[in-house]
Amino acid sequence: MPPSTNVDRRTLMRGLGAAGAGLVLRPVVAWAQPAAMITRAVPSSGEALPVVGLGSWITFNVGNDRAARDGCADVMRAFFSSGGRLIDSSPMYASSQDVIGYGLAKLGKPAALFAADKVWTSRRGRDQVEQSRRHWDIARFDLMQVHNLLAWEDHLPMLFDMKAAGQLRYVGITTSEGRRHHEIEQIMRSQPIDFVQVTYNVLDREIEDRILPLARDRGIGVIINRPFREGALIRRVMRQPLPAWARDIDCANWAQVLLKFVASHPAVTCAIPATTSVDHVRENMGAATGRLPDDAMRRRMIAHVEAL
Amino acid sequence: MSEWWTYRLSDFLLFSPRTYYRLFELYNADIWPAQIATLALGVAILVLLRRGEVWRGQVVAAVLGVCWLWIAWAFHGDRYAAINWAATYVAVGFAVEGLLLVWAGLVRDRMRSPTGGQGMDRVGLAIVLFALVGQPLIGPVVGRAWSQVEIFGVAPDPTAVATLGVLLCTAGRAFWLLAALPIAWCVVTGATLWTMGSVDALVAPLVAVVCVIWRIWRQR
Repeated sequence: MPPSTNVDRRTLMRGLGAAGAGLVLRPVVAWAQPAAMITRAVPSSGEALPVVGLGSWITFNVGNDRAARDGCADVMRAFFSSGGRLIDSSPMYASSQDVIGYGLAKLGKPAALFAADKVWTSRRGRDQVEQSRRHWDIARFDLMQVHNLLAWEDHLPMLFDMKAAGQLRYVGITTSEGRRHHEIEQIMRSQPIDFVQVTYNVLDREIEDRILPLARDRGIGVIINRPFREGALIRRVMRQPLPAWARDIDCANWAQVLLKFVASHPAVTCAIPATTSVDHVRENMGAATGRLPDDAMRRRMIAHVEAL
Repeated sequence: MSEWWTYRLSDFLLFSPRTYYRLFELYNADIWPAQIATLALGVAILVLLRRGEVWRGQVVAAVLGVCWLWIAWAFHGDRYAAINWAATYVAVGFAVEGLLLVWAGLVRDRMRSPTGGQGMDRVGLAIVLFALVGQPLIGPVVGRAWSQVEIFGVAPDPTAVATLGVLLCTAGRAFWLLAALPIAWCVVTGATLWTMGSVDALVAPLVAVVCVIWRIWRQR
């Protein structure tokens, strides 16, 4: 992959402007919020979302282990306390949905929650959505996505119907690690989806070429999974000292550097790193504050990480 | 699954190593002291394999069958399935193996072997002994907690390995029928542990390979 980005300065400034607008539009939530949380507007509604959310792949699949469930609830508490809103899961993630429900109940159902889940079945999608809702124990999902495009031809009409009936607020599709991008593009062009979820990080930038520009053109929000390559990217860079330029974008650690790279693309709505650590979720949420890198800094970040 | 060639083993791992081994820790605490009973049953199997009574194959088959059925329900179905939806299907496989052992070994008496230890398959005996004593010690030796130890009769890996050893000693023409699922489990657990980066990932697959090669060589 060539060390280039498709983000020019004007585009970046437009995106930062949208982030600023998001600050103004941010709804009041019941949890304490940092003063300068960077948000992005959901293109189809204008609703503001913090640019950092919380994933649950592997990390929240702790089964019936009470101590581990409490640990996940602590992570969720720190997430909401830091101004977070979007939590993402899937029926594929085994007990993760149930653990999220446990945490939400323990935290008193935080009003700030933006609940994002997926439908992952080849049939009876509506039943699965209802089952997932019961795991979370919420009134409705904010966002329901078709997981890895599985049976999307059947599920998208069903999800659009649910959205029209007020049973969902947004509809999306997902993929990961660069799979089926051609099909993703076709759906983005042909279906009135609100969100697309794809993999993006400082080393995996394929979506910059077509998906992200298309999302901007079509007014589709973008959720970013695997911003740390499931931790592999963090482990790779952690062996190296934090570069001096990290201070110029208000980063105190590598996690914030990597997340700010993702969040600084103006087409990105929210990145969803997953963690089991309260310290790490606080670090991650720190990436939703302070300055974001400009285009020159983004190129510098790519060159630096690729050289490690 | 489209673009299946782009998937890695790690894409199918739904849980962390910490969660996986905590599962054994909580399971062991829940069923304690059943582990002592199953270890005693394992020792009894070893003794029976070396004795001459005609009925011993049936008893060994019944004990193993009950162990497989227990693991199908108590471990895979009731606990492992909470963090791995595929464990529900694995539970069915373990239940089938348990029923096969009962049917072929107890009902049909197809697990006979040379009497009085004469001509007893020493490789099979060694594998049973390893499953009872050696395999459970690997975890603590490589740094895992004693509370997470995997014991014959209640944990799938040593039970599958011990079953392969018993089958080398006892199952004649029924060997492949009864060994297919234990061998398959050795492959599955090896892949799971390998993906988690466990240093003992190759133990069960290697035992399965030894069993298959030894059995084929002995049949020549």
